[in-house]
Amino acid sequence: MRALVALLLLIISAAPGWAAGPLSYHLKPVAIAPDTWVFEGTREHFTRGNGGNILNPGFIVTDDGVIVIQTGPSRRFGEEMRAAIATVTDKPIRKVFVSNLHPDYWLGNRAFADVPIAALPGTIEGIKTEGQGMTENMYRLVGDWMRGTEPLVPTETVYGSTVVFGAHRLRLIPLEGHTAADLAILDETTGVLFAGGVVFSDRTPTTPHADIGQWLEALDALDALEVTVLVPNHGRIRTDKAAIAQTRDWLSWLDRSLRERAEAGADMAELLDAPIPERFAGMGVLREEYRRSVSHLWPRIEKAVLPRVN
Amino acid sequence: MNRHLAAAALLAALSNPALAGPPDPADPLASVMWDVLRPELFGTAPVQFDDRVTVTAPDNAENAAAVPVMADATALGAVEEMVLFADLNPFPVILRFQPLAARPVIATRFKVQQATPLRAAARTPDGVWHIGGKLLDAAGGGCTAPPATYAAADWADHVGEVQGRAWAPVGEDKATRVRFLVRHPMDTGLVAGIPAYFIEALTLRDADGRALARLQTAEPLSENPVFTLEVQPGAGARSLTLDGRDNQGGEVKAAIPLPWVQGALP
Repeated sequence: MRALVALLLLIISAAPGWAAGPLSYHLKPVAIAPDTWVFEGTREHFTRGNGGNILNPGFIVTDDGVIVIQTGPSRRFGEEMRAAIATVTDKPIRKVFVSNLHPDYWLGNRAFADVPIAALPGTIEGIKTEGQGMTENMYRLVGDWMRGTEPLVPTETVYGSTVVFGAHRLRLIPLEGHTAADLAILDETTGVLFAGGVVFSDRTPTTPHADIGQWLEALDALDALEVTVLVPNHGRIRTDKAAIAQTRDWLSWLDRSLRERAEAGADMAELLDAPIPERFAGMGVLREEYRRSVSHLWPRIEKAVLPRVN
Repeated sequence: MNRHLAAAALLAALSNPALAGPPDPADPLASVMWDVLRPELFGTAPVQFDDRVTVTAPDNAENAAAVPVMADATALGAVEEMVLFADLNPFPVILRFQPLAARPVIATRFKVQQATPLRAAARTPDGVWHIGGKLLDAAGGGCTAPPATYAAADWADHVGEVQGRAWAPVGEDKATRVRFLVRHPMDTGLVAGIPAYFIEALTLRDADGRALARLQTAEPLSENPVFTLEVQPGAGARSLTLDGRDNQGGEVKAAIPLPWVQGALP
C-alpha cells in the first residue's frame, strides 16, 4: 500500500498540469510596435495541452482606452488576457474587435462583457447560428480549459470605416474568403496590420468556411497596404509581407491540386494522404489541416467534374 | 485460467453452435460491439482480421455528415462480397457490395454518430470473411442532424438525379473507374418528424444488362451519396447503366457513357 501511495505521488508530481495547480495559459504580452502588444499563440491545432491557445490576439493602448483585438478560445483565456493587459496599463478597456466567427477569436468574450464587442454583420450572424455548436466542439477538443465558457454574441455591428481612438487611426477593412466576413484592422498610426483570419504565417490555413477565390482577392487587397508589422491571426508575426505570399501560394496549390485530382477521377479518400510539396513542410499542422481542407473543399470541386447523366 | 472457468467456457462452446469452430481471433480494435456484430453480420462463418483489407479514412471526422472512406480488398484476389460498417453507429452497416465484374474496391462517404471503429469485411470464395479497419474519432451527430436538402423548396424535384463519369481503363485488369453521385436526402429516420428515406439498392450494369456491381445501401450513407467503383464492362460496351430504388419506391436510372469507346453516347 505504501508503495502504491508513493507511486501515485510520483505520478502526480511528474505531471506538470497537476503539479502546477489550476490551468493557466501563462499569457505574456509582447510589444511589437508603439502602444501595441500581442499574445503569441502556438502554431498547433486545438489540444488539451495548449487549451486552444493558437491565436495571436492583441491590444492597442490609446489615450481613449485600450482596444482589444480578439478575445481567445475560452473564458479563462479572456480573463487572463485582461489581467495581463492590466500589467501593462491601468487604462480601461474601451472596445473589443472580433475578426471572424471561428471559436478561438471570440470565446473569451465573457471576460469583456462590460464593454462593447464589435464585429462585422456576417460574423455576428455566423456566431448566432453556429456559436453554440462550435463551443460544444471546443469543450470536446480542449476539455477543462473551457470551464465556464459560453457563447456571447458581439454587441456592436461595424462596417468598413476609419475610427479614431486617442492618437490611433484604425482602418476597419471588411474582407471575405476565409469566412463569409473577415475583419482586418490596420492601425494607420503605427502601420501595424491585424490581418484577421485571412493571413497565416508558417501555420497551415484553415478552411471550414472558405471561398478560395474570394480569399485570394482579400490577400491582394492586404498586399496593397503600407504595413510595418503584420500580425497574422495564426503563426509568426512578421515585418514583411511574406506571410501573405505564403498563404496565397498554399491556397492556390490546394485549389489547383484538388481540381486536377478530381478531373483525373480520384476519390476524396485518396486525397487524404496525397503528397504535399516540400516548400510547405515548415508550416504547422500541415497534414491535419490539409485533410480538413479536403473535407471542406472537395465536395463542391467533385460535383463540378461529374456531368449530369439522367 | 482458472480451471472452473475453463470448463465453463468449454461447456458454453460445445452448447453454442456459433462457437463450435475454432475460437475467433481477438478484435484488434477492441470494440465493445464486436461480440454483437460478429454473429449479426457473419453468422457462423469464419472470420479473420487481415491487413490485406485496407480502410482509408481520416483519423478524425471533420464533417460528421460526410466522412470519406475507401475499402480495398484487391490484395485478397477473388472477393464475392464486401461489407462496410461502423461498429458504434446506430445503423452499423453502411453498405454491402458484390463485385461481380469489378475490383473489390469501393469508396463513398457516410454519416458518423460518434467515434467508432470503421471496418471493411471481404468474403473470399472459401467463405472466410477478411476484416480490416481503423478507429475514427468524431464529434459525431451525423446520423441525427437533419439533411441540408430540405433547405431548398424544390428538393423533391431533384431526388434521383445522377451525376456520373467513367475514366478510360488503366492497368493490367483493364478496370474502368466510375464515379457517381445520386441526389437523395438519405434520411436515417432518427431525426424527429422525418421518416426514414434512403436508397436501398443500386446496380451498375453493362450495356447488355449484365450486373457488374451490386450495392445494398443503408441509412448511414451521406446525403447525396457519392460512390467510386472499378468495373470491368464487356469490350463493346458504350455505356454503363445504373439502376436502383429507395425505400419509398423511388427509382434511380441513369446511363454513364464510356466516351473512349467508339460510337459511345455523346
